[in-house]
Amino acid sequence: MPSSDYDSACLPDLLPLYYRRLFPFSQYYRWLNYGGVQKNYFQNREFSFTLKDDIYVRYQSFSTQNELEKEMQKVNPYKIDIGAIYSHRPNQHNTVKSGTFQALEKELVFDIDMTDYDDVRSCCSAADICSKCWTLMTIAIRILDRALRDDFGFQHLLWVYSGRRGVHCWVCDEAARKLSVAARSAVAEYLSLIKGGEEMVKKVVLMDPIHPFIRESLNVVEHYFPRYALQDQDILGRKESVDKVLALVPEDILFTIRVSKGQYFEKEIMLQYCYPRLDVNVSKGVNHLLKSPFSVHPKTGRISVPMDLKELDTFDPFAVPTISLICEELDRPRTGEEEEKSEEEKLLFFTDFKRTSLAKYVKYFDQFLDGMAGSRKGDLLRKSDLQKEF
Amino acid sequence: MQFPSRRRKNNINPQTELYGHALQFYGQPPLENISLSEFETFAVDRLKLLKTIENLGVSYVKLSEQYAKKLETEFKNLNFPYRPDADDRKIQSGPSEYEKRRKDHISHFILRLAYCQTEDLRRWFIQQEVDLFRYRFNDLPPKHKLEFLHRNNLQYDTISVEEKKTLLDKLVNSSYAVSGITVEDQDFYKVPFQDALDLVRTRKVYLKAGYVYIPHQDIVTIVLNDFRTRLSKALALTARSLPAVHSDERLQPLLNHLSHAYVGQDYSIQKNVGKISLEQIDSLSGKSFPLCMRQLHQNLRESHHLRHGGRMQYGLFLKGIGLSLEQALQFWRSEFIRGKVDADKFDKAYAYGIRHMFGKEGKRADYTPYSCMKVILSNPPSQGDHHGCPFRHSDPELLKQKLQFYKVSPSGISQILELVKGMHYQLACQKYFELTHNIEEASFSLNHPNQYFIESQRVLGGGKDIKREMDTPQRSQDNAVAKGSGAAREAAANAPQGLAEMTEDLDSFFQDA
Repeated sequence: MPSSDYDSACLPDLLPLYYRRLFPFSQYYRWLNYGGVQKNYFQNREFSFTLKDDIYVRYQSFSTQNELEKEMQKVNPYKIDIGAIYSHRPNQHNTVKSGTFQALEKELVFDIDMTDYDDVRSCCSAADICSKCWTLMTIAIRILDRALRDDFGFQHLLWVYSGRRGVHCWVCDEAARKLSVAARSAVAEYLSLIKGGEEMVKKVVLMDPIHPFIRESLNVVEHYFPRYALQDQDILGRKESVDKVLALVPEDILFTIRVSKGQYFEKEIMLQYCYPRLDVNVSKGVNHLLKSPFSVHPKTGRISVPMDLKELDTFDPFAVPTISLICEELDRPRTGEEEEKSEEEKLLFFTDFKRTSLAKYVKYFDQFLDGMAGSRKGDLLRKSDLQKEF
Repeated sequence: MQFPSRRRKNNINPQTELYGHALQFYGQPPLENISLSEFETFAVDRLKLLKTIENLGVSYVKLSEQYAKKLETEFKNLNFPYRPDADDRKIQSGPSEYEKRRKDHISHFILRLAYCQTEDLRRWFIQQEVDLFRYRFNDLPPKHKLEFLHRNNLQYDTISVEEKKTLLDKLVNSSYAVSGITVEDQDFYKVPFQDALDLVRTRKVYLKAGYVYIPHQDIVTIVLNDFRTRLSKALALTARSLPAVHSDERLQPLLNHLSHAYVGQDYSIQKNVGKISLEQIDSLSGKSFPLCMRQLHQNLRESHHLRHGGRMQYGLFLKGIGLSLEQALQFWRSEFIRGKVDADKFDKAYAYGIRHMFGKEGKRADYTPYSCMKVILSNPPSQGDHHGCPFRHSDPELLKQKLQFYKVSPSGISQILELVKGMHYQLACQKYFELTHNIEEASFSLNHPNQYFIESQRVLGGGKDIKREMDTPQRSQDNAVAKGSGAAREAAANAPQGLAEMTEDLDSFFQDA
């Protein structure tokens, strides 16, 4: 599906339209309010906006969904970041006695950026991505999603396309939001296999016994590796790549047939090329600000949309709608959609996004939110059972 | 347990109970009165112990034989309890087991007062106390370990035999210490992962649905975590009662000095501001920078950029050697502009960070340059990074090439690589210093990149050595005790003098370290 040509110079015209008629405020509020279970959860949440001319404002907070809407429609931010839930309203932090204003809770987040893979990509570099190297993202998501669910027991994971060259994961479980800095850092390190800066050539070392987590991750990589590395990336075809692969093989093995020592070097090579590269610092901090879902990426115009993992293998970052496309679709809805709508729906212009390509992403977001609501209900039932209330 | 040589009779029963065991969680503060001299001595002794633990922890693998032996010696010298089954009925010279435990108890709480005030102090104190606890818990015989667990309410569930069978493969593959036999013989505990972060972080345990499965033999990590959490909370509470403590004039100077002594020199106070010109930096980087900073400087010149970790480590180092804020801004700006960053972007995105380093933004904290310990242990470099300690974080092959490029002799290189293999990173850097400055043996013990710079300038400038304190730790301690009790005996007016002498000894002890 072609996206309308996006020009960042149009943002000042497109953003007001986006925030007035397309941004899914009620779902957004439903998410961040978390069922209203904890007092002032939404009110104490920090937002930050990047406005025109790179003006950056922090410590924004809002009492109600309406207040949030009005403010966003007034300032039309280029970028929106979500921060932590603090001990007091962030917009009043200057009035609080120094030392008592503290970040208390936040979702556990992960940021996977394609530039961190530059040393193993031969098709693109820096901010570019293509369908060939996007497979790295698919691998990363599968590995991390499995580990966060099966190993850590988290259930409510929201994967979001960042709009250009990476993905974010928001772990929204209550237990995740309450994690300490030390715990977040431990989770991130558990999930890290690539160790070493520029001065380290061989970045993955496997030793017996192979931890179940690594085995599971290898399963995913092995599923995707043959096609990815040997065809898409042509690892053994290009000389530099061959050198890179050989540099990883211990010297004494180079000239001998594979012996039992170094039995894992093939697996190590696969992992060094494909295993997800996390920025631990993003995940560690409770007060770290991360780009919000449904924010616009100013350089590409793409909306940061939630990703349905059931369709992960066919996800195409280049098919994600841009702000220009969906603004255009407002006036010219996609064919075939008109007949399905009831009269009622046609009248409700709050649900304008339903006329656009944004619809399916908001629908998936709704399902995600339903899942969390279901969990909360389950928890309440369990609690009242324990207390034998009616 | 019998304590026939108890010097002081305790009327309070809980107190007696308290010292019935060698190891404790320090849950209850001491309730008795003590003299000022004991107050001072106990605190200083414990501080020395913790400082030893810090140093040993960097030079040796924790709990290895050498580590244990050296630490045991220190316990003996400073009269802290180190063997829970010590037979007190044997005639000993010196304090009894009971007295050692009492000292352990009291000194811990005194240091809490000194170390609860800032984030950095708390972090340091907690780290050393945890290491101390780890050593002592490990020393306990298995029966005592179990006893300790139950006494302190760490009740975790064990998994059934069926579940063990189902998980057998996974359990065995999660840790090289766990064999099929271990699974059969030992109880496995199901613990929420938040209570076992160290095991999770290093992936040394099987994790499923948010629970880790720990064999009984590994329960120490859980205990440590619990200890750490409790201590952290306690310190936060202690900080609240500080104003009351500080109003006591007898205590305030000592507590202040205790908290400043831990780090020795932190190079945060800038001497020589402005004495270094930007033009000198290139040549200085070759002559007087430690390898980590030389590497960062070179990468900065080559790619006209450094990532955040590198900017912090190198930027703070430069601040420490005397660069002013204006110079720093000019330095970074002129380099970044040569790369992909235009002047505008630099002012918007990077200048803030540099001013932050100098304490001119945000919470206005004046950040101190990183010590070797910090560079080696925290924030390891990842993709695209050049910071860290080259002896710790570089591929040995690459390190060798780099040393060859910097014209270090082949025999020197092998010496360095040997030290790296033994994980003696700071000693390796010190050897690098000796080789590049053509001296037999460095007159200092390297623990800070800025220290390296100062020592290098000293050597290159003509070798004026500072007068070194010749006191051994043992003698310092005796001096401290003698002077401490002297201060108590004299009137309050004389107390400052006694304190000054003792604190001088304290300083000299840490210079030697």
